[in-house]
Amino acid sequence: MDLSTTYMGMKLKNPIVPSASPISDQVDSIQRLEDAGASAVVMFSIFEEQLRMEAAAMDHYTTLGTNSFAESLSYFPEIDDYAISPNRYLDLIQNASNAVEIPVIGSLNGFTNEGWIEYAKQIEQAGAKGLELNMYFVPTDLRRTGAEVEQEYIDIARAVKSSISIPVAVKMNPFFSSIANMAHQLDQVGIDALVLFNRFIQPDIDLEELEVVPNLTLSNPTEIRLPLRWIAILHGKLSCSLAATRGVHSANEVIKYILAGADVVMSTAAILRQGIPVIDTMLRDLKMWMERQEYESVEQMKGALSQKSVKEPEAFERAQYIKTLEHFKRHHAAMMPW
Amino acid sequence: MKSTYTILDGNEAAASIAYKLSEVCAIYPITPSSTMGELADQWMSEGRRNLWNTIPSVVEMQSEGGAAGAVHGALQTGALACTFTASQGLLLMIPNMYKIAGELTSTVFHVSARSLACQGLSIFGDHSDVMAVRQTGFALLSSNSVQEALDMALVAHAATLKSRIPFLHFFDGFRTSHEVSKIKTISDEIIRSMVDDDDIFAHRNRALDSEHPVIRGTAQNPDVYFQGRETVNTFYDKTPGIVAEIMAQLGNLTGRSYQLFDYVGDPDAERVIVIMGSGAETASEAIDALRAKGEKVGMIKVRLFRPFSSEHLLKAIPKSATSIAVLDRTKEPGCAGEPLFQDVVTAISDAVMVGAMAAADMPRVIGGRYGLSSKEFTPAMVKAVFDELGKDKPKPRFTVGIQDDVTHLSLDYDPAFITESPAATRAMFYGLGADGTVGANKNSIKIIGEETEYNAQGYFVYDSKKSGSQTVSHLRFGPDPIRSTYLIQSANFVGCHQFQFINQTDVLAHIQEGGVFLLNSPYSKDEVWAHLPREMQQQLISKKLSFYVIDAYAVAAQTGMGARINTIMQTCFFAISGVLPREDAIAKIKKAIEKTYSRKGADIVQKNFKAVDTTIENLHQVTLPSAADGTRERPPVVSNQAPDFVQNVTALMMAGKGDELKVSQMPIDGTFPVGTTQWEKRNISQNVPVWDPELCTQCGSCILVCPHSVIRAAAYPESVLAAAPQGFQSAPLRGKNTEGMAYTLQIFMEDCTGCGLCIGVCPARNKQELGLRAINMENKDPHMEACKTAVPFFESLPTVSADSLDPTLPRDLQYLPPYFEFSGACAGCGETPYVKAVSQMFGDRMMVANATGCSSIYGGNLPTTPWRSDAAGRGPAWSNSLFEDNAEFGFGYRLTLDKHTEYARELVGWMADAIGADTAQALLEADQSTAAGIEAQRKRVQALRTKLESIEGGEAKQLHSLADLLVKRSVWIMGGDGWAYDIGYGGLDHVLASNRNINVLVLDTEVYSNTGGQMSKATPRGAVAKFAAAGKTSGKKDLGLLALSYGHVYVARIALGANPRQTLRALQEADAYNGPSLVIAYSHCIAHGIDMANGLEQQKLAVQTGYWPLFRYNPDLRGTETNPFSLDSKPPAKPLKDYTYNEVRYRMLSHTHPDIAKQLATLAQKDVHTRWAHYEQLVKNFEPAANTNPA
Repeated sequence: MDLSTTYMGMKLKNPIVPSASPISDQVDSIQRLEDAGASAVVMFSIFEEQLRMEAAAMDHYTTLGTNSFAESLSYFPEIDDYAISPNRYLDLIQNASNAVEIPVIGSLNGFTNEGWIEYAKQIEQAGAKGLELNMYFVPTDLRRTGAEVEQEYIDIARAVKSSISIPVAVKMNPFFSSIANMAHQLDQVGIDALVLFNRFIQPDIDLEELEVVPNLTLSNPTEIRLPLRWIAILHGKLSCSLAATRGVHSANEVIKYILAGADVVMSTAAILRQGIPVIDTMLRDLKMWMERQEYESVEQMKGALSQKSVKEPEAFERAQYIKTLEHFKRHHAAMMPW
Repeated sequence: MKSTYTILDGNEAAASIAYKLSEVCAIYPITPSSTMGELADQWMSEGRRNLWNTIPSVVEMQSEGGAAGAVHGALQTGALACTFTASQGLLLMIPNMYKIAGELTSTVFHVSARSLACQGLSIFGDHSDVMAVRQTGFALLSSNSVQEALDMALVAHAATLKSRIPFLHFFDGFRTSHEVSKIKTISDEIIRSMVDDDDIFAHRNRALDSEHPVIRGTAQNPDVYFQGRETVNTFYDKTPGIVAEIMAQLGNLTGRSYQLFDYVGDPDAERVIVIMGSGAETASEAIDALRAKGEKVGMIKVRLFRPFSSEHLLKAIPKSATSIAVLDRTKEPGCAGEPLFQDVVTAISDAVMVGAMAAADMPRVIGGRYGLSSKEFTPAMVKAVFDELGKDKPKPRFTVGIQDDVTHLSLDYDPAFITESPAATRAMFYGLGADGTVGANKNSIKIIGEETEYNAQGYFVYDSKKSGSQTVSHLRFGPDPIRSTYLIQSANFVGCHQFQFINQTDVLAHIQEGGVFLLNSPYSKDEVWAHLPREMQQQLISKKLSFYVIDAYAVAAQTGMGARINTIMQTCFFAISGVLPREDAIAKIKKAIEKTYSRKGADIVQKNFKAVDTTIENLHQVTLPSAADGTRERPPVVSNQAPDFVQNVTALMMAGKGDELKVSQMPIDGTFPVGTTQWEKRNISQNVPVWDPELCTQCGSCILVCPHSVIRAAAYPESVLAAAPQGFQSAPLRGKNTEGMAYTLQIFMEDCTGCGLCIGVCPARNKQELGLRAINMENKDPHMEACKTAVPFFESLPTVSADSLDPTLPRDLQYLPPYFEFSGACAGCGETPYVKAVSQMFGDRMMVANATGCSSIYGGNLPTTPWRSDAAGRGPAWSNSLFEDNAEFGFGYRLTLDKHTEYARELVGWMADAIGADTAQALLEADQSTAAGIEAQRKRVQALRTKLESIEGGEAKQLHSLADLLVKRSVWIMGGDGWAYDIGYGGLDHVLASNRNINVLVLDTEVYSNTGGQMSKATPRGAVAKFAAAGKTSGKKDLGLLALSYGHVYVARIALGANPRQTLRALQEADAYNGPSLVIAYSHCIAHGIDMANGLEQQKLAVQTGYWPLFRYNPDLRGTETNPFSLDSKPPAKPLKDYTYNEVRYRMLSHTHPDIAKQLATLAQKDVHTRWAHYEQLVKNFEPAANTNPA
């Protein structure tokens, strides 16, 4: 049975890839992911904004109140040999790349145009086999058009792609007016993969404290439906690979995503909840399912239930509400006055 | 040879040599020497190696006494060991200094010479400390400048090894220790060639070693001690020669020539000054100017003061000298003459006595004091001394630099005698501590010093407040060597970086005619003129100044710099001062920005670049009108309602004119009136809290947490409002039985620092806009007019009787007036809310002993002090003794109070018949456990005194004198963790072990905050602090647990931000307990690297994570049903990192040493659980046996 797949131009031994999460914070964790059967690993994201804010905060608080009072002209040791930089992250990529056989894919959340390119280059130099761009802007400006927002994504993807030679994936968000067109535009830029979809911290309200608080919960299996639809729709229509992420808790979701057309399936929640060995369980269950369904390879499964492969392609285009009406129409229309 | 230059201050110069030539440094912080230890610790953490390629061991001790002891031990075991200190610290080293010298042990103590605490403490420079150890047997070697601090440090280290005499190398505190100067470096090769390895081996061979043991430190008896003392004489005899040889060697290697006594001036001088320290540089400059006018004057710079070589001194004095003035920078009250003077007189008279000098040739020698506590010493003062020497009958003893109108010792001098080099750029900058002016100027010195051939000097003057403080930078650049060790007297450039200063300070007082004046102004070049005080307009015109303005805050906002205007104002200086060609200067600024900020992020570099580019476009010259047309004068410094002392004395200090005060105007014994901060309306924050009466629940939380006592409350009859001024805010008083009563929350906006702590604790929220609370930060301008009339009216409102209040409730405590207000503590200070609360609860019968530290500085630093009295004239009596003895000092208060109370009670008993048996009984049996009880006792005492006035006899007089002691007092011993955990711990422990009624409040900031954040034993594991640059590896000492082990000590650990009620309850219980009490208060601090507005939130997190468990242990409950130990907080509910990672002190380590940070964080988390388990065990241990299963 052949579980191998091709993602971002890389031949992987199977389609299960742990996505960006705190698990990849240590080399030994990455080794354990490999041992459990992961075919590649996406590192946790480097957040340029966070680095910049950390640098600004360190500067602010270490200089706060300094040079004001003769006895306490400063409050911290003046240490020169540190910089708030992605060095630790880059070291981790380098060390992980040396420690494991599977490809190590960097992940970058940039903040400035220069930051996207500069950090992308550094991640490449550190030995990453690929780079995932974790792009996410919240367009709050009332005057800014959707086209302008889309262009920003396109420009960054193009700039990064042209500045490094390792394959580049874009982790998309689902909040575009035309996801298909957005995917197409990114594909045209030449990116090597689309990862569907990004999940973000969303604000919540604490009813006791009456405050707005950030909230990020781990996904649940029902969340696969949105990415599933779009993978099914996009499969076969783009040059780039497709990765599915969100809601993967067992081999069931893996199988569904592959049948919809995903080249790889990414998981964080399952690993965080059930531990690294869950990868092995997923692979075993995937094999058992393939045996039962008499699939010989993952390639054979890919897109078997994608939009272009199913009997009713419109099934992927209709919202649940319409389906209900269709059902109603089929069974009860005769009773209606029209 | 080609010289290499560097730019540093005197402390760094000395420390760099000490580090290179040491294996062990034992350190302890004390201003102004702390930097030396900090640098040594920092270099160690960075892995910097000494001359022999090993990293010295730098260890902080618990006191200077401890540091000296550790050095002594290290020396005895063969290490090359040194230490750094000043002032009181040096005094604490004296016992070991005798030992080290008596044992002929090579070491160097580097000292930033500083005043000693006498009638008042002073952190500034003079030779009082050094002169206090001249008898110890240490050699004393003086440096006069930053260059010499480097050179003499090397001479000292080389000479001590060669001579076996320990050396004290000193330079003037602040003037040299903190002066930034361009100096020539000394290469490692030169250092190596001056330090003889054989001397080091000899030093090691003398060490204690069990391989070849000796015994040292014996007890000696009358038969041999004396002879033993005399054995060292030959070593002292040889030392001057050794030092001279080493100086000559240094001269050969560097081209910088020094003598034990350097003569400067006319070879045929008739009048000669002998002087030591930085003043010699000023004197040298003055002598050049006087000689240019044909005067035959000269000076001897004293370098090696001990061992004093009369031979070398006499050789240095020109034969032509007929009169000599010896200037001492110290005072020895009651002496025949100050130390240097006496030695010079002795040397000369000896010469006459032995026939080496003819009696007829003996010059007249007079002695004077100058420059105490960094008092300015200018060329004009030097000239005054020479003028005095030229008189027929000069004053034999004199002072210079002050006006002594009491004993008339002072010399008059002409301030117009100015000798500053016209070739130099002399620039003064007035800034705020917070606006980065000083940092920018240090940067400018580096730019000019490193990038040009110019010499450069920077000196910085700070005011006495920790928040909103004014800084004045004095920068000199020029082709000639800069020897002006005094503040700029004639500036050709003045920059005023804060517009409001023009209304407070005469910033143009020292600008020369034709100079350039730069003003950061919110008004344009066309508008600004109308906003200047008339005096300033006149100065601009009459001095023909070039006047430039820039709206630096607008440029900063535009370029993303926030409120930091440093780069902008620096760019302006380079653009218009002409110190460098403009384009060249801009390029150099950018290069410096890149160097300074690149490690802090590209973003910060880019913002600064943008600020530089935008500055030039916004810098405009103002065309001066032909005449001053302003109608506004500079406002008076204090209100005319202020007491005479405040108007005549305090106000001058506030205006920066304290130097003008005469001796007769100063209190004779350091005693000052209280409550003077109320007259200093500093207006340092543009944003202040504004009250929403409708929303307010009147809970008093904001009042409780306000660090500066600027929020007050009153509850009063509504009828009073009839007389209220317009805009006075009030609301109906909430609560039961409050009909007809009104409530006001008054903000003293002019005194507010804008810290925002009050906003964070306000529980009331605007239902329509949840972001708003019952107090909100707003721009104060629209509210100021109403505030100025509201505050006096508020102060006239009737007060709530303390009898009806429970001070452990914030809702009640708010009505008790603070006896501590408007201190100069940092905005958002975590200590002062506790201090204020204690003052509210016990202020009218409170005696405070305050350890040196932040609380003694914001509590007692002139010109204005925050402790005040009430309308009845009562209030806290406050004093600061020292750093190390505060527990004992406060204990002394209690001994007196107990003794006098006991005596007063005895007298009442003895005089029962005379004063009435009922009165006597009432006085002796009064219940003083409540405010009402105390008030009743006060009335009894008042009646007693009246009665005593009509009774004859000694006992009546005695009782009249002590009757007030029949009212109980509350003794509070306050201080920080540096005192309580480290230097004062021995005394604290002893005092707690007593059964006396004292209350100790430890304001625990977990570092030595006042000296800039050095590690104490209260510093937590994993935090970075000075002296713990690589993170503190050991855990925090549990002071509470140690005290608790006595059993009879009331102990509480409190955190206002976590549990105000527990805090107030603990303070009240501590006072009520008739024995020793210890209250340890979590005090967030600027040295934690936090947003101070979140300080209380951090306190809460400290408790929630279990880092700071709250507890009270009340010995009064022993033997009762109630457990004396009360664990007042819940078990750890959050991981420790939720608290620690909000603070730069922890985060810094994860950037510098990520692996160590991780390890220490893990250990710290374990500490939390271990400590909690221990406390829980204490709870269980105290459970009564009856709690076991009844079955």
